[in-house]
Amino acid sequence: MHLNKRMSKFLSNFILVLSALFLLSPDILHAAWGLNMTQGVTPISQDVYNMHMTSLYVVTVIGLLVFGMMFWSIFHHRKSKGVKPAKFSHSTTVEVIWTLVPLLIIISLAVPATKLLARMDNTSESSITIKVTGYQWKWKYDYINEDLTIYSNLATDSVEASQRNSGINPSSADNYLRNTDTALVLPVGKKIRIMTTANDVIHAWWVPDLGWKRDAIPGFINDNWTIINKEGVYRGQCAEICGKGHGYMPIVVKAVPEKEYLAWVEDTKAALKSKKDSGDKELTMDELKSKGEAVYKANCLACHQANGQGIKGVFPGLDGSPLATLKDRIPEHIHQVIYGKNNMPAFGEQLSDTDIAAVVTYERNNWGNKTGDIVQSKDVSAGRKK
Amino acid sequence: MSTKAHADHDHHDHKPTGIKRWLFSTNHKDIGTMYLVFSLIMFFIGGSMAMIIRAELFQPGLQFVDPQFYNSMVTVHALVMIFGAIMPAGVGLANWMIPIMIGAPDMALPRMNNMSFWIMPFAFALLLGTFFMEGGAPAGGWTMYPPLVLQTGKAFPFLIFAVHFLGISSIMGAINIIATVFNMRAPGMTLMRLPLFVWTWVITAFLLIASMPVLAGAVTMLLTDKYFGTSFFNAAGGGDPVLFQHIFWFFGHPEVYILILPAFGIISQIIPTFARKPLFGYASMVYATASIAILSFFVWAHHMFTVGLPINGELFFMYATMLIAVPTGVKVFNWVATMWKGAMTFETPMLFALAFVILFTIGGFSGLMLGITPVDFQYHDTYFVVAHFHYVLLTGAVFALMASAYYWLPKWTGHMYDEKLAKIHFWLSAIFANVLFFPQHFLGLAGMPRRIPDYSVQFADFNMVSSLGGFAYGISQLLFVYIVIKCVLGGKKATGQVWEGARGLEWTLSSPPPYHSFTKSPKVTKALMDY
Ligand code: HEM
Ligand SMILES: [Cu+2]
Ligand SMILES: [Cu+2]
Repeated sequence: MHLNKRMSKFLSNFILVLSALFLLSPDILHAAWGLNMTQGVTPISQDVYNMHMTSLYVVTVIGLLVFGMMFWSIFHHRKSKGVKPAKFSHSTTVEVIWTLVPLLIIISLAVPATKLLARMDNTSESSITIKVTGYQWKWKYDYINEDLTIYSNLATDSVEASQRNSGINPSSADNYLRNTDTALVLPVGKKIRIMTTANDVIHAWWVPDLGWKRDAIPGFINDNWTIINKEGVYRGQCAEICGKGHGYMPIVVKAVPEKEYLAWVEDTKAALKSKKDSGDKELTMDELKSKGEAVYKANCLACHQANGQGIKGVFPGLDGSPLATLKDRIPEHIHQVIYGKNNMPAFGEQLSDTDIAAVVTYERNNWGNKTGDIVQSKDVSAGRKK
Repeated sequence: MSTKAHADHDHHDHKPTGIKRWLFSTNHKDIGTMYLVFSLIMFFIGGSMAMIIRAELFQPGLQFVDPQFYNSMVTVHALVMIFGAIMPAGVGLANWMIPIMIGAPDMALPRMNNMSFWIMPFAFALLLGTFFMEGGAPAGGWTMYPPLVLQTGKAFPFLIFAVHFLGISSIMGAINIIATVFNMRAPGMTLMRLPLFVWTWVITAFLLIASMPVLAGAVTMLLTDKYFGTSFFNAAGGGDPVLFQHIFWFFGHPEVYILILPAFGIISQIIPTFARKPLFGYASMVYATASIAILSFFVWAHHMFTVGLPINGELFFMYATMLIAVPTGVKVFNWVATMWKGAMTFETPMLFALAFVILFTIGGFSGLMLGITPVDFQYHDTYFVVAHFHYVLLTGAVFALMASAYYWLPKWTGHMYDEKLAKIHFWLSAIFANVLFFPQHFLGLAGMPRRIPDYSVQFADFNMVSSLGGFAYGISQLLFVYIVIKCVLGGKKATGQVWEGARGLEWTLSSPPPYHSFTKSPKVTKALMDY
């Protein structure tokens, strides 16, 4: 009994401390341990945070009252103190009170929640529209007003460190699993409409600092909006299970002043165009292989694996596979990368001719595949026309 | 088999022996025992998967399993725990206790009872067998959302049929319970005298009958989408992937109450016993349970706030969800009022029950927060949700089941369990379950999504704490097995009454009770049930 008492005390203290933790100033919570929700960088995210804190305070107070009563009872109304049990078994008055009071509390939470929801729902008057498309396992961003499309993959250092038993310390990768090769660049202070959809399975696009997440569903388009008030880099990741690469499709939003944004759009367009144009250049085996390795890590490794063995029964291996080794199947190899097959997505849209030439060459000359085959971008562009 | 049992009706302690006793059993206690043992085995199978999950999440980086297998662990862990551990445990308790709580000789439909149990090992053989198939076990989450679930390999039809069989088994169990309670009560056992455990089970049984066929329909549509060219959930064919989620959660939300209502019943039996005082607000407990059950069919879309529902839909489901907190609150207040001015003692069943009241309520609090749609846009599919449902399911449902095991073990076995060890089991469980799940609130708020095999280094500290809590909680449960085996094999003889403050028909029988519980209907008076 003695031990028992001490332990109950410990338990009650434990709960008190935890509740107190929550009641501390939000700033301390935030800075020290990453304990609490972010306040974010948009007007909405701030309101969401406030709503979260309000409900947290409400339940904490209710909790302290109810658990307080309970512990009072546990300490005083025990047989070992020689008390005789009371006989009462109902009281209409208190039962009515503890039905109505919670009802009122709930209404008082529902009213601000309704207003906030209505504000979040209003996508009108936006100046920029971005269409976000989820793929297994990357994001595509279409700048609708700009005729600009970019793809965003997990950054290569994270890919390498995240391989099973890679021997690479995750902390050594820049923002491990939360960094991409290309960021979604957006201007600050503008109302931006963000439409989400998906190409294969359901994903969810989530950047906590924007204050919401939204599912990206194949065949449907969801409408959202944001105004980012502060320059900075904001990170998030896919939030709906979408297969084995679900943990590996981060989101990076880079918010910059409008001028910088406009310049970035022009530069990116120009870069994409020159990449297309320089496609005719012949490359050496070494150039192709090193470029191909980078493309492979960003696009192919998630399924076919670093060792080219794939995953038995799900994703075929490339090491020693006829498609990647027989000379007469080179066109077919190229075709499959461009157009996909069954569960394999089509890469023709997001990868340039040079990228595809490089990755095909890499696959044909890596692991046990020592074909010596060289594929050039003109072979790929020929493959596209078929 | 059963004709033989009939011939031997007079000396009713005669029972078939050996394997036949179990294989062909029509006896509610034997079947109840089988359910309970089965559920304990499943608890450990599901628990081992949880250990693998926590080992992988112990630190950032991928150490033990591949992402695909990790997803299988998450998926099958949930299916095993929900359908294999918690639900069968509830049915096992119902089998054992309902006949002796209402003064009946056995369940109303004993042969169906046998079948509903024996379907389950086959269903789980189908499900667990998928680990050895090409493409591995299902890995799309227990919620089985298309299109992802359609990417499952050879395991797919096995998953669907396992779910079908489990549904059939549950529905048969539910019909049996309803038939028993409505037809086999002893004279004087009026509806408003039924022990709360019986009440909550009757309501649960109706939930089962109403919701399991919906699940069966949903998974059948998945099956035809995959193999027979339909496009129920395929947008390219004119279908709608979100439709599946609506159907699934129309089953899924009532399902969470199927898991918790029997627990409410258990707690409502135990607290009065150890407070030596009648349950506060019996009638309001019954009405609150019924309102929760009815409301549970009108809140399903709170699992889908982020799919992009029209705002009026989101508002409706937000209000309905928040409304459910009211009857839930009533139950918690009633339990506290039952303790108030009682004369409490703190044997292990009571300790688990008290921990249940606190920790389940914490889960209810996070539930209320999750119900606030605009904020759920942040919480959804993060570890905050994982923390929520483990507070209500592990420190809620499972703690109640542990409480019930200690409460009724002396009645079942005729021996007292080892109180000292049991208290140690309680404290280890209560402390480490909190070390395991409380930090997950922080992880979710800080932005860690659920169902990921690896994470950003900013989440490392709390994941390590959580994993340590997980291992300690897991190991502590072996102690429970030891205590149960020890109690079955021997120990201090238990009286029929067992607990000083216990009331109700089950305590008028010997411990263990005779093979055919009540061969003559007892007379139930108000005094028998009262203090
Ligand atoms: C006051 C009562 C409760 C409320 C208001 C509530 C509310 C919610 C909400 C809104 C969600 C969805 C969160 C999200 O995915 O964003 C949720 C998830 C969940 N709740 Fe509750 N809940 C309550 C009680 C319970 C109980 C009693 C159980 C089970 C015994 C339960 C089990 C679950 C489970 C399993 C999930 C997650 C399902 C999944 O996505 O896999 N909840 N709850
Ligand atoms: Cu995902
Ligand atoms: Cu629900």
